[in-house]
Amino acid sequence: MARRNILSILLSAVVLCTAAAADDFGDPEAGEKVYKQCKSCHQLGEGAKHRIGPHLNGIFGRQAASHEGFRYSKALVRVGAGGLEWHADTLDTFLENPRAMASGTRMSFKGLKDAEDRLNVIAYLRQFSDNPADIPEADPTATATDHNLDPAILALKGDPEYGAYLSSECTTCHQATGGDDGIPSIVLWPEEDFVIAMHAYKNKDRPNPVMQMMAGRLNAEEIAALAAYFATLEE
Amino acid sequence: MTLNRRKFIGSTAAVAAVLSAPMVKAGGHGKPRVVVVGGGAGGATAARYIAKDSKGEIDVTLIEPTRMYYTCFFSNLYLGGFKEISDIGHTYGGLAAGGVNVVHDWAVGVDRDAKTVALAGGGSVPYDKLILSPGIDFVDGAVEGWDLSAQNAMPHAYKAGSQSELLKAQLKAMPQGGTFAMVAPPNPYRCPPGPYERVSMVAHFLKQNNPTAKIIVADPKEKFSKMALFQEGWNNHYAGMVDWVGSDFGGGEVSVDPGAMTLTIDGEVTNVDVCNVIPAMKAGRIAELAGVTDGNWAPVNAADMSTKADADIYVLGDASQQGDMPKSGFSANSQAKVCANAVRGALTGSKVFPAKFSNTCWSLIAPNDGVKVGATYEATQEKIAKVDGFISATGETSDVRKATYEESEGWYTGITTDMMG
Ligand SMILES: Cc1cc2nc3c(=O)[nH]c(=O)nc-3n(C[C@H](O)[C@H](O)[C@H](O)COP(=O)(O)OP(=O)(O)OC[C@H]3O[C@@H](n4cnc5c(N)ncnc54)[C@H](O)[C@@H]3O)c2cc1C
Repeated sequence: MARRNILSILLSAVVLCTAAAADDFGDPEAGEKVYKQCKSCHQLGEGAKHRIGPHLNGIFGRQAASHEGFRYSKALVRVGAGGLEWHADTLDTFLENPRAMASGTRMSFKGLKDAEDRLNVIAYLRQFSDNPADIPEADPTATATDHNLDPAILALKGDPEYGAYLSSECTTCHQATGGDDGIPSIVLWPEEDFVIAMHAYKNKDRPNPVMQMMAGRLNAEEIAALAAYFATLEE
Repeated sequence: MTLNRRKFIGSTAAVAAVLSAPMVKAGGHGKPRVVVVGGGAGGATAARYIAKDSKGEIDVTLIEPTRMYYTCFFSNLYLGGFKEISDIGHTYGGLAAGGVNVVHDWAVGVDRDAKTVALAGGGSVPYDKLILSPGIDFVDGAVEGWDLSAQNAMPHAYKAGSQSELLKAQLKAMPQGGTFAMVAPPNPYRCPPGPYERVSMVAHFLKQNNPTAKIIVADPKEKFSKMALFQEGWNNHYAGMVDWVGSDFGGGEVSVDPGAMTLTIDGEVTNVDVCNVIPAMKAGRIAELAGVTDGNWAPVNAADMSTKADADIYVLGDASQQGDMPKSGFSANSQAKVCANAVRGALTGSKVFPAKFSNTCWSLIAPNDGVKVGATYEATQEKIAKVDGFISATGETSDVRKATYEESEGWYTGITTDMMG
């Protein structure tokens, strides 16, 4: 615990309650199943890259929001600068309710309520960190996002100005500031992920009827324009 | 993969070239001037977007008498105890900080030749383009025995704020086993599911606090928005509490006596403890004063929300008669963005993109039991026409309903941020 004494009082209180759990090791195999929920945003394993969220290789012992080349929310940068490091106990607290720890995080995830799920997924994550070094590296899971989109669609270059106009239809629900109060953030996504997600709604491969309807009437060029625009927004 | 049922737009630049209006310079004065009357879902959005996107090239003045805008959306949730009144109040500071000149006053007249708007406080404001989004007023004599002087005894609570608080206070003060009555409005009116979401929220409150109380709804309509969903919900959550009297059973033959606190439906007199009268509606009066209404509403062109009567006056939201969109906050917000884009294009020559509209209305029936209905629309020569839509299904799982409710909370934060900055 000594390394982490810089955390806020509030946080340490939570950490103390969960410290016992943090010393137990969870079951990484069960954790791999839990991780499926994380996979669409966070890559892990050999070749993992930043996507909608940063990759999670080597997360243990790292200061929060410390990857070069990923644009974190201001909220996470703040808690990182405040000294938050990722360890079993802090991850446990964060995963239980991300926004309790960093209220403005763009991580659109409600949290894992089940303590065992958290324990297991943390055990799984440890396999991709050198720290502690004695845990063997598991098979890589980093995969390109699943899709069967025509490469010509992915290659379309969107017009951000048109995207800015079209985006006004999105910001009725999705906050342009990246906030998330029940409807997920869509700002600063990699363009490819944005395009894939929108086409998945358009083709009704993703379930939400509002999004199916909204994406359903956008053509490929309009989706590219939106992707181009949202990828460049400032928080 | 098929791209779209409708035509693939080859090049946005080409579209813009076709659609952008000829440049209209500000007539003889410096910057072009836009005046927006009404700082609600339509007006606040339009003012904010024009100021934001014109980056100082257009002077935007918003005229709105209240200093705090209480959203009608979620005001039913306030009645049900899910929100505080402070949760649904929003100030105009964000708009002012975003470059909008906010004038707290009533617009009392429009001189279309001089292109000025007269204010109740005296003086007038000149415009090149005028956007009216005044919401609704009530049709005189719509409910026999009721007029605005009776709105304390029998509140409408269909403009949020003090009326919502009054209705809630009356609900709380109801005697055990008392009767809550609602007189529902005829079409068209703001927020088609609004009265029925209200019935649900009142029922929820009574179930907690006054379980033997009854709710009676006199309705001039045969059917209403999301009817199957609401009726299923009332059966599931509030069995035996809600008596809905549709037009087939005389629900349209109504009079009230605010002094005696009685409601008469088809000749039958009932003593009631609370009576929520929601009369027939028309465009906010300033639209009529501006001479842009035809009957109760202001007809507009679908492509940019300009009025049929005057190309320099636009009407947004509830007050407009546009075609297929329901009168909702979501619709007003959607129309405002199309209008903002067109007005900016006309005044500064910025690109004008094709109009696209959408709407989704969420309603809460009971805790974590949310439902929704939505559609997309496009501009045709004749009207705003529906393209595609969806509605929640009856018998959905509680997980789906809970997710729908949570989504509505996200939408609320989203739209109020989008309106007010
Ligand atoms: C109970 C209820 C529940 C609802 N729920 C939903 C919902 O869940 N979702 C949804 O999308 N919609 C909902 N609505 C509908 C929504 O509130 C309206 O459709 C929306 O507010 C319309 O926007 P508007 O800009 O036309 O008018 P408003 O939002 O009413 O704004 C009009 C503004 O104009 C001002 N004004 C009027 N006259 C003048 C004048 N002469 N000079 C200056 N200012 C003036 C008023 O003070 C007001 O602030 C609900 C409505 C009600 C009543």
